[in-house]
Amino acid sequence: MSDSKRVLTKTYHQPLGDKLWRNFVIGIPYFWLLLFFLAPFAIVFKISFATPIVAQPPFTPLFDFTANASQWLLATWDNYRFLTEDNLYWVSYFKSIKTAAISTLICLLIGYPMAYGIARATSTTRNILLMLVILPFWTSFLLRVYAWMGLLGKNGIVNSLLMNMGLIDSPLQMLYTDMAVYLGIVYTYIPFMILPLYATLEKMDPSLHDAAADLGAKPWQTFIDVTLPLSMPGIIAGSLLVFIPAIGEYVIPALLGGIDSLMIGRTLYDEFFVNRDWPLASAVATILLIIVVIPIMLFQRSQQEQE
Amino acid sequence: MNNENTIKANQSAKPYVAETPWLDPEAVPFIQIKGLSKQFDDFSAVDNVDLNIYKGELFTILGGSGCGKSTLLRMLAGFETPNAGQIIIDGIDMANIPAYDRPINMMFQSYAVFPHMTVEQNISYGLKKDKLAKAEIATRVKDMLELVQLSELAKRKPNQLSGGQRQRVALARALIKQPKVLLLDEPLAALDKKLREQTQFELINLQYELGITFVVVTHDQEEAMTLSTRVAVMDAGKFIQIDTPTQVYESPHNRFVANFFGTINFFNATVLSTDPEAQTLTAQLEKTGTQLEAKAEGRFSASDEVTIAVRPEKISVSQERPEGDHLTITKGTVEDLAYYGNRSVYRVRSQSGRIIQVSAQNNQRSEQLVLEWDDEVYLSWDSSCNVVLSE
Ligand SMILES: Nc1ncnc2c1ncn2[C@@H]1O[C@H](COP(=O)(O)OP(=O)(O)O)[C@@H](O)[C@H]1O
Ligand SMILES: [Mg+2]
Repeated sequence: MSDSKRVLTKTYHQPLGDKLWRNFVIGIPYFWLLLFFLAPFAIVFKISFATPIVAQPPFTPLFDFTANASQWLLATWDNYRFLTEDNLYWVSYFKSIKTAAISTLICLLIGYPMAYGIARATSTTRNILLMLVILPFWTSFLLRVYAWMGLLGKNGIVNSLLMNMGLIDSPLQMLYTDMAVYLGIVYTYIPFMILPLYATLEKMDPSLHDAAADLGAKPWQTFIDVTLPLSMPGIIAGSLLVFIPAIGEYVIPALLGGIDSLMIGRTLYDEFFVNRDWPLASAVATILLIIVVIPIMLFQRSQQEQE
Repeated sequence: MNNENTIKANQSAKPYVAETPWLDPEAVPFIQIKGLSKQFDDFSAVDNVDLNIYKGELFTILGGSGCGKSTLLRMLAGFETPNAGQIIIDGIDMANIPAYDRPINMMFQSYAVFPHMTVEQNISYGLKKDKLAKAEIATRVKDMLELVQLSELAKRKPNQLSGGQRQRVALARALIKQPKVLLLDEPLAALDKKLREQTQFELINLQYELGITFVVVTHDQEEAMTLSTRVAVMDAGKFIQIDTPTQVYESPHNRFVANFFGTINFFNATVLSTDPEAQTLTAQLEKTGTQLEAKAEGRFSASDEVTIAVRPEKISVSQERPEGDHLTITKGTVEDLAYYGNRSVYRVRSQSGRIIQVSAQNNQRSEQLVLEWDDEVYLSWDSSCNVVLSE
């Protein structure tokens, strides 16, 4: 039997080991997801049906097998019911959605021209610009938020600069305002908007723009008719990547926002650590997850329809 | 649908018999290009080019990949700004006219069909930008869809079309605005061979019927020969020769053009004498000393070193010395032969040691004159077939 023949057989019949190895490699991320996302969520979900007690852990078990058969299950909807009754939760959810939505919009408005510029730059400048977009990730997130506190504070750099220039007489209240929260969120998450936008804009065939111009479209018409619709996947992906983390954001509103900036992350924290009401906090987290999952599912659906 | 890739069912339309406005000194060119140059950094993509194209022409720019064809076309369309020179179309200087205002449409090399629009939306796009009435757009789109036989596919998206169908969408989209000039950048390159040949004739018919001036860019010399009224042969950003297909084939100006259009034999020769009156010269081939006559304008003089070029199909092979006037005759041995059915190709080593390629039509069924390897043969051709090149 010749050597070439043996080589052929080998490629046609993948040894069992290869297959196992491949399944293993594909399986790792799923295993990761199962272990560190689904399992904790299942626990949180379970706790959200319990009743708080002063004990260790601070909630009742779901099942009590010492009781009568009809009373084994101790699950209760009380926590969810409570969420709908207390105004506080409505307000924080609404505030969170509003803050995340506005921040996403600002990110889009700033990020789109930036992504467009990067995609159109020559390849050397492009790499430098992309580096600059990613650069902030090289320092700690918390540190950068503290830096903003230093910038925006009463005696911060911005205020002293403006006062020295004689533009204002007394310091402006910038820190602990909604504006500071928007600023912090936009500053932190804008790379997540720019990168997917850049990816779609960069792979767009430039002759499509020429073709539109050739057919009589002015530059702004080319943008509306061709560039914008074709970059929709990037817009949606970028918006989700900003909106989802922004909605549950805790650190930024806690450090930069006012006392009244009741975003859901803050409420969640308070329920867990101040009130020690784990079941209620779990219910808050579950609802938050549902709010976040719905837009993702809609996005997936629209992607599938396009194909 | 058996003729799904046919632009026009009417194949009987007569081929366009070109008038020859370029020979008329009075004729005003429709497109005038003067001293046009384009540099990318230090690299000259188009280098001081002059060109006149007349109304109704099907003009082809032919050259290898990277020679600057697309750049020239893109300057005509207004996508690239020239570094120097002038483009005048229909008497109007295009310098300050942006792409979207030029009376020109282009069919792109990659087709550039809008992927998010249906066939219909693609084709109507240009008319919508011109703010035409809805009813007029509808009728013109309908007519155009019929012309390019896409009516049934009007609601399809480009990713549901074949390559040939996308090509027709691109063509229809460019034609519907009834431009004065249609630029086509390698319109057939992405099609397979059979479809390409068929579409060539459809393009000619279409151009003939619509009377639009076509400027076609291609790297395929056969395509250039079939399509064009005139061909500009381009190399490294410059035009080497601008002539009719017959002229570039039969009377190339230099080795580059001669080589570009199929196989050709070159001989080194020395001019013996010239006859300015009859515009002929006699020359002697290097080594063999074979003497020959050739037509030549007055630019040569005695003792010039020249190249004589002869196409393989002009040469006859025979085992006996042929008789006749004005023949150039040389001897050699058959080194190689190949039978292609309709023709045979011989590679004959001449006495000078040079290989001469001969292509003979097998116009008789008889199996006489079957040449064998190592046969001694005479090669002969009419003196009018000698092309004298200066390099
Ligand atoms: N935008 C550009 N920037 C830099 N070089 C370019 C650009 N466009 C074309 N070129 C160069 O100019 C030359 C001619 O290109 P092109 O006109 O596209 O050639 P062709 O169409 O004949 O194949 C090529 O060498 C190409 O690399
Ligand atoms: Mg090209």
